[in-house]
Amino acid sequence: MEVLSPVIETKEREEAKVKKIMIILSKATLDSVYASFILANGARMEGIEAELFFTFFGLEAINKKKLEHLHVATVGNPAMHIPTMLGGLPGMESLATSMMKREMEKLDIPPVDEFLEILSASGVKLWACKLAMDMFHLKETDLIDDLEGVLTVGDFYDRAHGDGVQLLFV
Amino acid sequence: MEKEIAGFRVNLSKDGYLTDFSQWNKDIGHAIAAEEGVNLEQHHWKVIDYIHEQHKNEVPLTIRKVGKSGVVNIKEFYALFPGGPLKKASRIAGIPKPVSCI
Repeated sequence: MEVLSPVIETKEREEAKVKKIMIILSKATLDSVYASFILANGARMEGIEAELFFTFFGLEAINKKKLEHLHVATVGNPAMHIPTMLGGLPGMESLATSMMKREMEKLDIPPVDEFLEILSASGVKLWACKLAMDMFHLKETDLIDDLEGVLTVGDFYDRAHGDGVQLLFV
Repeated sequence: MEKEIAGFRVNLSKDGYLTDFSQWNKDIGHAIAAEEGVNLEQHHWKVIDYIHEQHKNEVPLTIRKVGKSGVVNIKEFYALFPGGPLKKASRIAGIPKPVSCI
């Protein structure tokens, strides 16, 4: 038994490993978008399958006209450590956003458009939510060319078959 | 820990990466690649040469940098070293495990 137990432990660890991560992005703030992108990309780097489902405001991240203009929220964001009134002043969001983008470039984190290209080339499947598209009157042509397709929630769940699949809502 | 790879005694980290690059040679590269299920061909070696060059200049590797290297694009990089290209390629090239999240 002493000999067997380490073998079993290794096997259990292997079975418990994440094999596929499915991330639902519902927000358009830069920090949420980057968190999702880095998680998806990081999964692929570890040999884990990854899919991203863009819904509600998350659609802005794959909207050709919007994706370069995403911001960090300065109002209602306690991590900013500035009074809410100041956060609402004109130019504050742009200032915080450009500061954050500068720091990210230093760490070799790409801008949103390039990051989407990297994700697609790395094998991350990018999906848009049908209902949210209808709600915002968006056509597939409004969205990036690397988009895999448009799905209903049911279609998305259908893709979550098998062991080791994890769903994450951002 | 010490281990014999392709007939050479080498020091490995607990994740199986060479801890001393001076111990690396092409035979060891081939042997580690075989362990990773990769059969090294010309294009793989071009990528490994690039990785060595970056390592020599102490530039930390990221997928983005490799993709912009002109040696390989990201899609090809994933195809050459399936299932975690940055880690696999680094291990085969005999350099430490990459610490980058991107």
